[in-house]
Amino acid sequence: MRQCDVIVVGAGPAGMAAAATAADAGLQVALLDEQPRAGGQIYRDVDRVAALRGGILGKDYTEGRALTAAIRRDGIEHLDGAVVWAIEDGFCVSYTRAGQAAQVSAPKVILATGALERPMPLPGWTLPGVMTAGAGQILLKQSGLLARRAVLVGTGPLLYLIAAQMVRAGTPPVALVETQTRADLMRANRHLGGALRGWPYLAKGLAMLAELMRARVPRYTGATTIAIAGDGRAEAVTFRSGGKPRTVACDTVFLHHGVVPNTQAARSVGVPHRWDAAQHCFNPVVDAWGGTAVAGVFLAGDGAGIGGAKVAETAGRIAALKVAEELGRLSADERDRRAAPLNRLRSRQTAIRPFLDAAYPPFAEALAPADATLVCRCEEVTAGEIRGYAKLGCIGPNQTKAFGRAGMGPCQGRYCGLTVTALLAEATGQTPDQTGYYRIRPPLKPVTLGELAAMDDGARDAAE
Amino acid sequence: MKTASPFLELEAAPARATVWFDGEPLDLPQGANLAAALLAAGVAVFRHTPASGAPRGPFCLMGACFDCLVEIDGVVRQACMLEVEDGLRVTRPHEAEDSGAPV
Repeated sequence: MRQCDVIVVGAGPAGMAAAATAADAGLQVALLDEQPRAGGQIYRDVDRVAALRGGILGKDYTEGRALTAAIRRDGIEHLDGAVVWAIEDGFCVSYTRAGQAAQVSAPKVILATGALERPMPLPGWTLPGVMTAGAGQILLKQSGLLARRAVLVGTGPLLYLIAAQMVRAGTPPVALVETQTRADLMRANRHLGGALRGWPYLAKGLAMLAELMRARVPRYTGATTIAIAGDGRAEAVTFRSGGKPRTVACDTVFLHHGVVPNTQAARSVGVPHRWDAAQHCFNPVVDAWGGTAVAGVFLAGDGAGIGGAKVAETAGRIAALKVAEELGRLSADERDRRAAPLNRLRSRQTAIRPFLDAAYPPFAEALAPADATLVCRCEEVTAGEIRGYAKLGCIGPNQTKAFGRAGMGPCQGRYCGLTVTALLAEATGQTPDQTGYYRIRPPLKPVTLGELAAMDDGARDAAE
Repeated sequence: MKTASPFLELEAAPARATVWFDGEPLDLPQGANLAAALLAAGVAVFRHTPASGAPRGPFCLMGACFDCLVEIDGVVRQACMLEVEDGLRVTRPHEAEDSGAPV
């Protein structure tokens, strides 16, 4: 089995920054990432794409090239296209790459697994043509694809960013169906003082809204009773806004009401998680360095709590400094000296969050969906069925699996876990922390017998 | 089910590849993300669910949702995690009529 000093999982901003900082400190780094090219989702395929459509995607995207450049160096082995499926004590990380299973070991692991879209279960959300807003971004970034007739549904700055990029590319969205209300914005204003410390973010947001107004993209706010209609695929979005029922015809729907940490890998190694009421999700419990209750396991980036790309990059560097110190490559004084400006930077970068969390809260109808709405996409379990299991005495998500297979399909609960916890908590009167979450076990991603059989000989000898 | 594409391609990739989807040849950009390329070619339904037979297509495009599952060489895989290669034969999972594989 290959040995190194630290294994970094995920080559987004946090993972790339962590790998570069660790290598700077003289550590041997294995950087594992599922995608064929570095960047994560935010800078997806940036090295190839920046020259093709950097104008549409903007500087916030193209500047990711600084990070991808920083990982092309001695001391970093970038294992691209590596799908991690197990992280075991010690640490031994198992992954599949090019049809072959393999393992790498190191005394430290930094998990930089990023975010997932917050599940947005609405009637019709499983129809072909309905995707996450993140999927829309990925299509544009990596493949240069734009939806000709798209409706953007939900809330938050990402919705405006996508709409603005579509306008720049000459295919504006048919409409924005936004769920936040004027009251949300009023509540958010008390966080404006803090947000002003992050004024470049606010300025960017206002510029994007102005771009949408100039392009005359219809915006419906305070939307309720949202559903996607269609026979075998998405054909329209129906909703109420301004006191009237409305229907907007389309063939693509992009859903978004925030992102949440992708906690699968951290949960699989036993990192404790706690409910975050402000962000309506579970966050892993981490210290200021990204350290966890599991010695040697560090978390950085959105996977440790949503902060966005800039915060992720900073957190990646901070975690790597701590790892370098623990491995004896930096003195504690040197670690602290290098971390001090990063901590000040992170404080400025996170100043906008309370404002955003208050101004663009998750859509209430999707947090507690109507009985007939599917919540588990894989096994096709409805909200009403989950509520029914609670009436039968089911108190936690792991029991729910036995009642009706929710969370047992191929996505392993990634897109129903938070909803199932919320529905059970609502039905039993317990808190989300008391209700808990699915127990996540390896394999984190499917691995075939053929891939296992092709595992390199060193590992097979060790297992025998 | 292949319809006129609901997606606009910003630039046409010069190198093309022939990929078979559900027995039909498609002209796709060589090396492109397979799920994106199939969407651009007008493929909307990638699979039918085992539970109810409902149609599904790509949802997250980042390897997390498993809604873009397709079958290639008898293995069910995520189309969004694959790249277009010339001669690829793709079918909806467990729907290949002539696969000859035991069910």
